[in-house]
Amino acid sequence: MNEMTKITTLKDWETDQEVRWCPGCGDYAILKAVQRTMPDLGVRPEDTLFISGIGCSSRFPYYMETYGFHTIHGRAPAVATGAKLANPDLDVWIITGDGDALSIGGNHTMHLLRRNLDCQIMLFNNEIYGLTKGQYSPTSRVGTSSPSTPYGSVDRPASPCAFALGSGARFIARGIDVHKDLTNVLKAAHAHKGAAFIEIFQNCIVYNKDVFEEFAAKKTAASTQLLLADGEPMLFEKGEKGITLDRETLSLKVVDVVDGDWQAANVIVHDVTNRSVAHMLIEMPFGEFPMAIGVLYDDPRPTFEGAVVEQNAQAAEGKKADLQALLNKGQTWTVTEDGPEL
Amino acid sequence: MATALKQDDSDNNRPANAENVVVRFAGDSGDGMQLTGGQFTLSTALAGSDLATFPDFPAEIRAPQGTLFGVSAFQINFGSRAIETAGDQPDVLIAMNPAALKTNVDALREGGLIIADEGEFGKRNLDKAKYENNPLEDGSLAKWQLLKLDISALTLEAVKPFGLGNKEALRCKNMWTLGLALWMFEREREPIIDWLKTKFAKLPDVADSNIAALNAGHAYGETAELSGDGLGSGHLTTRKVGAAPSAPGEYRTVTGAEALSLGLVAGAQLADLPMFFGGYPITPASAILHHLSRLKEFGVTTFQAEDEIAAIAAAIGASYAGKLGITSSSGPGIALKGEAMGLAIMTELPLVIVNSQRGGPSTGLPTKTEQSDLYQAIYGRNGDAPMPVIAARSPGDAFECAIEAVRIAVQYMTPVMLLTDGYIANAAEPWKIPDVDTLEPFPTTFLDKMPADGLKPYARDEKLARPWIKPGTPELMHRIGGIEKGIDTGHIDYGAANHQQMTEIRRDKVLGVADSIPDQDVALGKAGGKLAVVGWGSTFGPIHQAVRRAVEAGKDVSHIHIRNVWPMPKNLGELLKSYDRVIVPEMNTGQLKTVLRDQYLVDAKPVNKVSGQPFTIAEIEAAIEENLS
Repeated sequence: MNEMTKITTLKDWETDQEVRWCPGCGDYAILKAVQRTMPDLGVRPEDTLFISGIGCSSRFPYYMETYGFHTIHGRAPAVATGAKLANPDLDVWIITGDGDALSIGGNHTMHLLRRNLDCQIMLFNNEIYGLTKGQYSPTSRVGTSSPSTPYGSVDRPASPCAFALGSGARFIARGIDVHKDLTNVLKAAHAHKGAAFIEIFQNCIVYNKDVFEEFAAKKTAASTQLLLADGEPMLFEKGEKGITLDRETLSLKVVDVVDGDWQAANVIVHDVTNRSVAHMLIEMPFGEFPMAIGVLYDDPRPTFEGAVVEQNAQAAEGKKADLQALLNKGQTWTVTEDGPEL
Repeated sequence: MATALKQDDSDNNRPANAENVVVRFAGDSGDGMQLTGGQFTLSTALAGSDLATFPDFPAEIRAPQGTLFGVSAFQINFGSRAIETAGDQPDVLIAMNPAALKTNVDALREGGLIIADEGEFGKRNLDKAKYENNPLEDGSLAKWQLLKLDISALTLEAVKPFGLGNKEALRCKNMWTLGLALWMFEREREPIIDWLKTKFAKLPDVADSNIAALNAGHAYGETAELSGDGLGSGHLTTRKVGAAPSAPGEYRTVTGAEALSLGLVAGAQLADLPMFFGGYPITPASAILHHLSRLKEFGVTTFQAEDEIAAIAAAIGASYAGKLGITSSSGPGIALKGEAMGLAIMTELPLVIVNSQRGGPSTGLPTKTEQSDLYQAIYGRNGDAPMPVIAARSPGDAFECAIEAVRIAVQYMTPVMLLTDGYIANAAEPWKIPDVDTLEPFPTTFLDKMPADGLKPYARDEKLARPWIKPGTPELMHRIGGIEKGIDTGHIDYGAANHQQMTEIRRDKVLGVADSIPDQDVALGKAGGKLAVVGWGSTFGPIHQAVRRAVEAGKDVSHIHIRNVWPMPKNLGELLKSYDRVIVPEMNTGQLKTVLRDQYLVDAKPVNKVSGQPFTIAEIEAAIEENLS
């Protein structure tokens, strides 16, 4: 969408409500990124619906001058499914967190992704329960010390993007709350027709401060982030390093790129439709590898609501909605004053 | 049932010219007893008799063959006068194997007729049914008439020309039996032959075999010398049960699940709304999902969700987006939906929640009936979360109740609980088809323009309902949610005074539904007197008949049936206080009784049954007797 067709400005997307997140919370940056992105999407506030579950992130709809529904813990995907089926013209955004989407609402997240409802799912991952005051979450790393795990958590975390891919998502992206590229990720998600899953690393400054600092910090970003772009080689460290496929082990590895000759180093060109590579990018262990950021996978398939609408129309074709005829269906008999007759 | 002109009902001392007959078909769950019963019901309805049915089947789909817990039964009470229940005691028991005989024979009235498939009474089946001796031979069935027929062999003989394998051929036993039953009660075979031809259109051999078996059973009755020699003590004779005097009009048979589904479709049309139905498979509620999923041309979207919570959450989302959201389940599923019901109450969106009650708690008795979810319906949510509750009394009544539930939901912007139960859902009755033109429309209005005094998503009309605003409407963007909200604006507001006020508004709104429902009437008997028998839901039939008999015997008894369980009709308290005594028969341990005592300080006494089986008329009669003496 170019500047010429903008029908709204940032102001049109801001509500008069006082924002109630902790000062310094990553949610502020995400809110701004969304409000800045909306005018570029060419959509209208009245056709836009933000639906959330429960948690800090789920207050989001109150701050968007659109239609909004702050539902119950974990159930936003299910409410969104009903709303979208009822009115497929709505542009639906789901705002959720790691606990909301992967613990209490894991079932709904999985089924929304496999059905491929056309919507954007923004999962604010801060690896902690914020609103309930700091318990460890399903994405917390092993050893996370919290009020409910004073000796450290012992269970292994879920990987949101791996969960999404396994559930059948056709669009998977990663972003960082304060990253300027977040708006591009949002635009790509919106352009994708179908369920678009975005994991956003969000800094909870009160209960899990700087937990993503090792790759999110601006200073070291060049060496810790692999910024993905479709059709571009997977380079980082200012082009001095790249990602290639180890043909022996069929796994990714980091290679040095000499004099910018990435072809010589067999650096992989990112193809967003390659599901196998998407899986490997998601699973790259951080430390040994940089963190893959941006659109990891984007390969649309027909949407759920599209299929439902089409089937409903087909099934109804040529039939009249004649209630009396429906009531009279099957074998009937008539009773007259003289008794029954067939 | 409710449509027939009222006359006296079942009389257990059965004369030869009986005005009603109770027949129970019982067999292995693989024997097709529900199908046999269903087709017998159809032919009986087409002959104009009034009827009520009671399908009683195990939770297992196919329990091991021949076992006691694998028995499936179908009871039908039909007569030439008004029938209100499926009958206290069968007059005829058709037992397809020893297990079916053992589990059902004690219900048979003394002197009643047993027709048993002798071919199935071999050692193996007798062992499975835990019979030490063959009951057909040892005289233990002496208080009944016994007719032994080798139905298996007769069926095999009848279908021989079609070359089916032994197993397939024996599957036609139920049609042979049905043929015999049709002959006994002088019913037409044609509708069933037509049905078989349609059902097995692609398998002509199977259709022909079944038709041959049906005809052979019928012919057997016509031609066999059934004087009793070597066949047991029974005599096979025909009994003519004539047409019941019913109000003129067009009729069909309908089950509760069908009628309720049709009522929801009618309600949506009257409200001028497309319907969104979110469901998750559960016994005995699934039939509603099945019916509605075939009605796309009526603007119905059905959604089989991943779980009960998603089913209601999606329905809430659809209501928010401007459709009529409906969800349906049975007790365990309703429990899962509890939190989401609170959300619908808080966000004040229209929603119909259907509960086809079964026996509980937990998984309980999935295929049996009970009405033990009344507390759950009225009170079963966190917080002060009031919700109107309506209960259907019969299959036909479910149609009207569904329309009423939709009306209240839409006019009051509230979720509404519609109660039915396993008995109503599965039972069939003749139904006088309503004339659609006589149904009163209640078209929905959406707020679609900015009001002069600005947008207030929680402004109230005279019913205390808030406006319904569809996303997609320009200028009226607003946010709603489960958090307490400020009066008028709907913005987050935790204020103490605000919560007090909002809680009171939600309560008053639901209590105000009583302004739009009829006064409580007396179903039978007079207002005021010695004894009121108060019921709700599917106990209507046995209570009504028991009270009728008592009234005819000159006793001072009245029947009060409550359809609007919450809020209750405004005059109910005064009405109850006009009786010396109040008894409340319920298929639970006394839930309505407790609500009545709480609401009106009346000394209501419980009459309870929680066996998974409906009340018999005799049980209610006994309770009346006890409370009058």
